[in-house]
Amino acid sequence: MSHSRPTTPMVPSLLGLALGGCEGVQSALSASGDEAHDIRLLLWIAGAVCAATLVLVLVFGILAFNGSARVRAWIARDQLIVSGGLVLPVVVLSGLLAYALLVLQAGAARSAFAGEPSVTIIGKRWWWKVIYRDSEGREVVSANELRLPLGQPISLRLITDDVIHSFWAPKLAGKLDMIPGRTNVLTVQSNEVGVSRGQCAEYCGGAHALMAFYVVTLPEEEYQAWLAREASKALPPATEAEKRGHAVFVESGCGACHTIRGTEARGTIGPDLTHVGSRMSLAAATLPNDANSFARWITDNQHIKPENLMPPFRHFKAGELDTLANYLDSLK
Amino acid sequence: MTASSDRRLPNPTPRPDDERDQLERIWSTPKGWRILSAVNNTAVGVAYIGGAFLFFLMAGVLALVMRTQLSVPENQFLDQDLYNQIFTVHGTTMMFLFAVPAIEALGVLLLPQMLAARDLPFPRLSAFAIWAYMIGGLVFFSTIFYDLAPKGGWFMYPPLTLTEYSPGHNADFWLLGIGFIEISAIAGAVEIVVGTLKTRPPGMSLARMPIFAWSMLIFAGMIMFAFPAVILATMLLEIERSFGWPFFTAAKGGDPLLWQHLFWFFGHPEVYIIFLPAAGLVSMIVPTMARHRLVGYNLIVVALIATGFFSFGLWVHHMFTTGIPALSLGFFSAASMAVAIPSGIQVFSWIATMAAARERFRITTASLFVLGFLFIFTIGGLTGVLVALVPLDFQLHDSYFVVAHFHYVLVGGMVFPLFATFYYWITMVSRNQLSERVGRWVFWLMFLGFNIAFLPMHWTGLSGMPRRIWTYPPSLGWDGLNMISTVGAFILAAGVLLFVVDLLRRFRPGQRENENPWGAGTLEWLPADVYSTRSIPRVSSREPLWDQPGLAEDVEAGHYYLPNAPTGGRETIVTSPVEAEPEYIIRMPGNGWGHVWAAIFTAACFLLLTVKVVVPALICALLAIASCIAWAWQLDHGPGKEPVEIGGGIKLPTYMSGPSSHSWWAMSVLILVAASLYVAFAFSYLYLWLVSPQVWAPHGSPPLPTPSWAIGTALLLALGTAIIVVANRLLPAPGRRDIRGVLLLFLAAACLAAAGLVELFVHWNSGLRPTANAYGAMVYMASALNLQVAFAVLIMAGFTVARAFVGRVDRERRVTFDNTLMLFVYGVAQTLLGLILVHGFPRAVG
Repeated sequence: MSHSRPTTPMVPSLLGLALGGCEGVQSALSASGDEAHDIRLLLWIAGAVCAATLVLVLVFGILAFNGSARVRAWIARDQLIVSGGLVLPVVVLSGLLAYALLVLQAGAARSAFAGEPSVTIIGKRWWWKVIYRDSEGREVVSANELRLPLGQPISLRLITDDVIHSFWAPKLAGKLDMIPGRTNVLTVQSNEVGVSRGQCAEYCGGAHALMAFYVVTLPEEEYQAWLAREASKALPPATEAEKRGHAVFVESGCGACHTIRGTEARGTIGPDLTHVGSRMSLAAATLPNDANSFARWITDNQHIKPENLMPPFRHFKAGELDTLANYLDSLK
Repeated sequence: MTASSDRRLPNPTPRPDDERDQLERIWSTPKGWRILSAVNNTAVGVAYIGGAFLFFLMAGVLALVMRTQLSVPENQFLDQDLYNQIFTVHGTTMMFLFAVPAIEALGVLLLPQMLAARDLPFPRLSAFAIWAYMIGGLVFFSTIFYDLAPKGGWFMYPPLTLTEYSPGHNADFWLLGIGFIEISAIAGAVEIVVGTLKTRPPGMSLARMPIFAWSMLIFAGMIMFAFPAVILATMLLEIERSFGWPFFTAAKGGDPLLWQHLFWFFGHPEVYIIFLPAAGLVSMIVPTMARHRLVGYNLIVVALIATGFFSFGLWVHHMFTTGIPALSLGFFSAASMAVAIPSGIQVFSWIATMAAARERFRITTASLFVLGFLFIFTIGGLTGVLVALVPLDFQLHDSYFVVAHFHYVLVGGMVFPLFATFYYWITMVSRNQLSERVGRWVFWLMFLGFNIAFLPMHWTGLSGMPRRIWTYPPSLGWDGLNMISTVGAFILAAGVLLFVVDLLRRFRPGQRENENPWGAGTLEWLPADVYSTRSIPRVSSREPLWDQPGLAEDVEAGHYYLPNAPTGGRETIVTSPVEAEPEYIIRMPGNGWGHVWAAIFTAACFLLLTVKVVVPALICALLAIASCIAWAWQLDHGPGKEPVEIGGGIKLPTYMSGPSSHSWWAMSVLILVAASLYVAFAFSYLYLWLVSPQVWAPHGSPPLPTPSWAIGTALLLALGTAIIVVANRLLPAPGRRDIRGVLLLFLAAACLAAAGLVELFVHWNSGLRPTANAYGAMVYMASALNLQVAFAVLIMAGFTVARAFVGRVDRERRVTFDNTLMLFVYGVAQTLLGLILVHGFPRAVG
């Protein structure tokens, strides 16, 4: 096989700590959003009904096999087939259907309440472009991370730039596809401060498995403060090392694909890097966010995340890579 | 009533000694490598099921490779690209190269025996389909070994699978593989519809038909309406990939969701296409093991029909997360739940039959697999109810929960009944039975392994693991569950391996020694040889072997119908579709090479086209057509033989044309398939208009040609129809040679082709181009579909002319002529519909 082996993509253990044990961080069963809550309750109830049905079938099966002659004769009638196969399912299924439609209706009501989408998420191979619209209508471009204010319904406009993706943050809500030529709107409301994880759910080729993201829920004031910071231009390089790092960034042509607002880098093909250092992860929740990861990513990204659209850069002179990585890490 | 007093046998007197030798000689299977030319259903049926099982094993190995990769997080065993290829090939192979062909194989193998027919009515068609499928399937599967395998998932959603995002031939190989299964599925549908409706034994009215035959009839009916959608979809995708007609490109007015609609309009019925016959098998095994007739036979038949019907109303439940309107969500959710009801009826029917068992329900390996099926399938059905609830589906869709669900449905609903079938019916084709002792191990390993592998996946999915990912980070709560699933997969595989070992030890081709080991009641357990049963019984119940004493002996002694071969060749009785009264003797073709070459050249043509080697591909296409002609040349033998006596004073003709003939029925099935295809096209046209009215004529594209062009084209079609009416009258009397009629037939076919070409010409002249936008693509696609039919009609008309030239077409020997005429009439209707759609619709809405 001619394929090269990727080195281990890793979610940082530090992040693991921050997520409080981590298990369930992407689980529909540990819901923290309104819709996910409703769905989980529906799951428990419908699941219990189904389990009861299974037990019923098994009991009849065992009786049919092992019951007394009288019980077996009672089972072996057309009436059993009609009541068990027709009446029972019609009653149970109608109930479940009505309940499910009510849940669906509740979701629609939340969407109506949330109003116009204030966040646009664009599916890309294989990362997420996230565009916030702040209260003054300015667009704030970020990537691979969705920040939400606590307890508010927020509508997300979901579109794609290339193939079909599906936005799925299980703790918040169910998934919704991103389809070329269409715009879908998903309304989410997170009721817990903290971090959860999501992932592309529709197979989108190549690195589909490595197209994840984090959802960070902040109290309202913190959210606003964060959004204001995110909207600002990048901090100018403070130290000599950072200045050298910026120079390497410019000379290496990184600006052809990436934007760092406040500098001449205005590329739009790759993720906006203006505040990349403040994000939870690199490469769509594939690597921890630290200087070392930047360096690994720049040189070895085709092993870490095969087929991603960034070419590897390896033609640095001694020390250049480190300064570049440190500069990117400083973009908080 | 005693066994002897009330028996009025058709042929009560002892039969001559040499009759059996004659039957054996006529039906003998060629030896050595010449066995490739065999067409007898037992010979090709075994090859068919063997091929399908081989694909099951190979795709199963791929599953183990994937499970190994997923056993621990961040595993380096496979790389991303290979994993993406493997899951695509696993799914595609299991669905298209294993499940559907395995069911068709069982149809080919078991149906003639259950119907006590000597063979299915089109044995060479079956053989052709099998060889094309084997060659195409093996080439498709082998792409995994040289990095050429498709990697878009088994449902290949565009735009991911368009050239822009999937350059190279990988996706084309997927389309190739599907092409073969489309051919063999349609061939199978023709065979099975005509087989079940026309070759039942006298007296087996529809109400006495075995449930398996019912399920196969519905299976074939569903193929007729479901497969055309995917045939169209694959045509559109390959055309967009090769020539850039933008059916699925949103920027040019296409829509990726069109693919999803077409694919799932096929894909959902496909699940029931696989499941219904398997349920039919269970309905055969349960009564035998209970020694009691099936309780609720009528309800089961209704349930089967209802399932087939409902299954066409559910396809959108694969698209709940695409953002479709709430009203559609509600409708398709309700429909998806409704389909659970017929399955419930079947489950309770089987339970009731078990309860009705004389003494106790017998536990054999076959019945263990049936019980395992009941358990697993019930769970799969219930989780199906969960995914049919729209809000739940938002979470469960495309997660490992769905992976668990459909494996419960498909492995439970199809693989377990298939293994039950292996254990139950193995003596149809092997002298030895499989070991019951080993069978217990096989069952428990498979049953436990399956549940250990797939039950945890429900939680894996709820914990957020999407399907189709080759790696995952640790500590998301998925690690332990995945490891358990992998262990279970290997236990399941150990069970299958043990089965294979036992099969290799015990399988000895040939006829069984113990005629009816399970004491079953249906006709496949009659004493049989290569020619099937010695004579064809008249049946008066659903379980004739239980209710008609002495039946087996009388059949074997030749006391029933057609104990010999009065025409000197292969033949069986054709009966009426509802009451099964004898109508005529069908003379069937024997072993031959034409269909084998046709299969080889068809496969070669498709393969060469896939790798874009066009000229050799066209040569192969011509050779394939030539082989088909050589094969068909021997058919339509005409009424040369006198009517023959089959016993009981019944004298039957040996040739039939018109609506009673098997050929008329087969042509009708084919026309229904073509019509379904065109309806799917019309749907696609209207759907794209709904999505992108802005690219439609006259505003978004060059205005339509003036109406006079459409009218002129319609007149051309009318002229062709008038010509064919005259042609029909000019057919010569039997024994005379007169080619005026068939020449007119050819002229009419030329009118049809000319009408298609005129359409093409006027649109090209109006400035419209197929690559410009979705509207242009659809307009040219209409012509492409019309010309496709016209091309077939032209070839058939040419063939008819050639036959008339040597005096093989006349007023009585006219099946070749009739078939061409039928397809011509259909072609006219389709082309007219196309004219209304293409010329009328934009004017009506513009």
